[in-house]
Amino acid sequence: MSTDAFYTELRRIYSEDRLLTKNAQLVPYESDGLTSFRAKPSGVVLPQTQDEVIRTVKLCHKYEVPFTARGSGTSLSGGSVPVENGLVIALNRLNRILSYEPGQRIAVVEPGVINLKVSQRAAPDGLYYAPDPSSGPVCTIGGNVAFNSGGAHCLKYGMTSNHVLGMKVVLPDGELCTFGGSSLESTGPDLTGMFIGSEGLFGIALEITLRMLPKPERYYTLQAAYDSLEKAGNAVALVVASGMLPGAMEIMDRLSMDAANAQLGDCYPKDAKAVLIVELEGTNEEVEAEKPKLHAVIEESGAHLIDAAKNDAERSRIWTGRKSAFSAVGRLSPDFIVQDGVVPRTKLGEALAEIDRLADKFGMRVANVFHAGDGNLHPLVMFDGREEGALHKAEELAGEIIRLCIRLGGSITGEHGVGLEKRAYFGEMYGEADTDFMQRLRAAVDPLAIANRGKKLPSAEAPALTSRGAHPLEQRGIVSRM
Amino acid sequence: MLTPESIEEVQEAVRSQERIRIAGGGTKSALSRDASLSTAKLSGILEYEPSEYTFTALAGTPLAVIRDELAKNGQFLTFDPPFVEAGATIGGTVAAGLSGPGRFRFGGVRDFFLGVKMVTGDGQAIFGGGKVVKNAAGFDIPKLNVGGLGQWGVIVELTFKVFPAPGEFATILVETSGASDARELTTKLAMAPVELFCLDSNSQSVQVRVGGLAEAIDARCRRVQSLVGDRAVSILRGDDDNRHWSDAREFRWVPEGHSLVKLPISPGEMSNVAETLSAPEATVPHRYSVGGNVVWIAWPDSLGQTEFDRVFASRGQNRLALTGDWEQPSQIDPRGAVFADRLQTVFDPGRKFAG
Repeated sequence: MSTDAFYTELRRIYSEDRLLTKNAQLVPYESDGLTSFRAKPSGVVLPQTQDEVIRTVKLCHKYEVPFTARGSGTSLSGGSVPVENGLVIALNRLNRILSYEPGQRIAVVEPGVINLKVSQRAAPDGLYYAPDPSSGPVCTIGGNVAFNSGGAHCLKYGMTSNHVLGMKVVLPDGELCTFGGSSLESTGPDLTGMFIGSEGLFGIALEITLRMLPKPERYYTLQAAYDSLEKAGNAVALVVASGMLPGAMEIMDRLSMDAANAQLGDCYPKDAKAVLIVELEGTNEEVEAEKPKLHAVIEESGAHLIDAAKNDAERSRIWTGRKSAFSAVGRLSPDFIVQDGVVPRTKLGEALAEIDRLADKFGMRVANVFHAGDGNLHPLVMFDGREEGALHKAEELAGEIIRLCIRLGGSITGEHGVGLEKRAYFGEMYGEADTDFMQRLRAAVDPLAIANRGKKLPSAEAPALTSRGAHPLEQRGIVSRM
Repeated sequence: MLTPESIEEVQEAVRSQERIRIAGGGTKSALSRDASLSTAKLSGILEYEPSEYTFTALAGTPLAVIRDELAKNGQFLTFDPPFVEAGATIGGTVAAGLSGPGRFRFGGVRDFFLGVKMVTGDGQAIFGGGKVVKNAAGFDIPKLNVGGLGQWGVIVELTFKVFPAPGEFATILVETSGASDARELTTKLAMAPVELFCLDSNSQSVQVRVGGLAEAIDARCRRVQSLVGDRAVSILRGDDDNRHWSDAREFRWVPEGHSLVKLPISPGEMSNVAETLSAPEATVPHRYSVGGNVVWIAWPDSLGQTEFDRVFASRGQNRLALTGDWEQPSQIDPRGAVFADRLQTVFDPGRKFAG
């Protein structure tokens, strides 16, 4: 089939300003938040309606052109890197909140709606949308759905999947399906759950029904400093054993604090080896009762400095430091790779010690910022892409860290998805038979393998690795990686 | 009835049979009446690490066994599964996609089901999901099984996420002046930042459960009271509180000669449903749960399935009969069928589990 005929038909849908094919126009779409992978699409379309998306998918199917749906391109696993010579369907203009019903605690949104906008819309009613990836001010709900995005509050609230009640989707051949509805309850198999996190392989979500929650009326956030990473890790175990269920528990190591200090001024103590952030949230009554218990546990854990936020501004300062840590690492190193492995929480100490050992062995620096409450590590492997072989060495070290997570009984990804980056390790986590089974599921839904080809599942095709520094948005501190 | 004792025996059973219908504890009689394979001998907790907030159990493990084991470590099944005392199993609860009134607080069975080992139609044992509380790799095969009524294969092992149990619970019963008053109060409470565990109602009352630290529980009750205006209130503590929710969870309010039907609704549909339920000749006992997201209906057997589907025809197909004699216990929204059918060709090419 000819590409010319495909583009002739596309031009019947899109005016020139919404069908990009010139080299300069395509460059911004060549990569995403994981800048080491790049591929050049043959074109980018900017649909404004669901119908345009459906017609585009049908054309891709007719001409067997692989397509990648894309939101803001903040994926940290290369999930929205285009297929070489494929089509990018950029969904940013499908950014309407179609309905918002506070009484029913739901919002129906298009995929291009920015994550944070949903909570902003609901704020006057005291409601919010719980999943809070660090890229929240930029990333889209469609991308969150495709990658089942997480955030700092997953331990208590779960991931994107736990907050989506229903969806209208277009399958890779243009067929439309509706899953779930506007109720928290359902009958029949949970097709919504199956679709979420499929990294674009099952098609494109056109309408997403989100569950809104009452915003906790009270937060109590404290930051404790420790003279060892191990002590901070043990503190997490103590909090868990106490029966409290904090909204978030995060740890930053020395290198991450150095990075944050370099970017934000000296917001972290210079003598600490680790800081632990614990956030209680809930009703005034409950948080008041939990506060002394939390302080007792943290004091027992050997923290040498406890800094509790006295107001919203102080809470916000603690979280700004935490959420900026990744972009701040750019101050310490020209390039870095973020990993996203999960280990059982009881094996955090073992995992961190082993990462240290691996870093020494490779002669590289690895900073650690992680969601300690759910064992989700985010090691940042630092390197200088201008040095020959440095990228590959960093990739190798990152790979060793992923293998460590598998060995300890965890996962290769907690919230970033497999994307392009972790496909090589997929089979090591799931084994040959299970991997083959998932390949067959994909083939049953998309026999032509046109929907985001080459992502999530192991495959022979892979764009070349490059190393060209952070994404422009990240260099400007607009987005961060978590 | 086949009663496999290991995953290998399940594989053998699936390979040797042309048609497989699975039963767990048999508590949902409408769903297990023509079962050919029982999970009764696939029972037991395989792994439980309290500090990880996870456990793995065989499909036929009774919920009561899991509840007791978790309780020893101050933890609980957050989705508050129904029919615990009646003998329901963890596998059957997932297959039927059932959560109880307490799911209002943290989420339903779908939200806590992390990993599954199952046998598909060609006798293959597959694993989906993970054993840690957070995992974004692979397709979410655990969730697909929720509400699947065994259509994808035989669930053998399940891994769940659990939470620490509240130190104490209390229940606030609020008298309402009628159905619309109950609806209004339900909406108000559901939007308030008071972190309720349960929010159920009928036309006479709204039933609210709070839980948390013992030292805060009185204040939590007063807080809820402050939101209900001048409506009459009574408070249940200790055994009274427990009994109230055990009765709800076990559906002890369903009279003889009635079938239990689950009807998922959105809170905005409560008034339509109420109107519909007042239409039939006989009295239809019912109970709204989860902040108006589901209505449990005790449907008179004398009226039968045809009448139910006629009465609710305008709502489309979306109901699950759990007990009683129904020609089609499950009616589901057909608008997802294209996707489901494609998955089915891989899970169950010979359609051993279908229908």
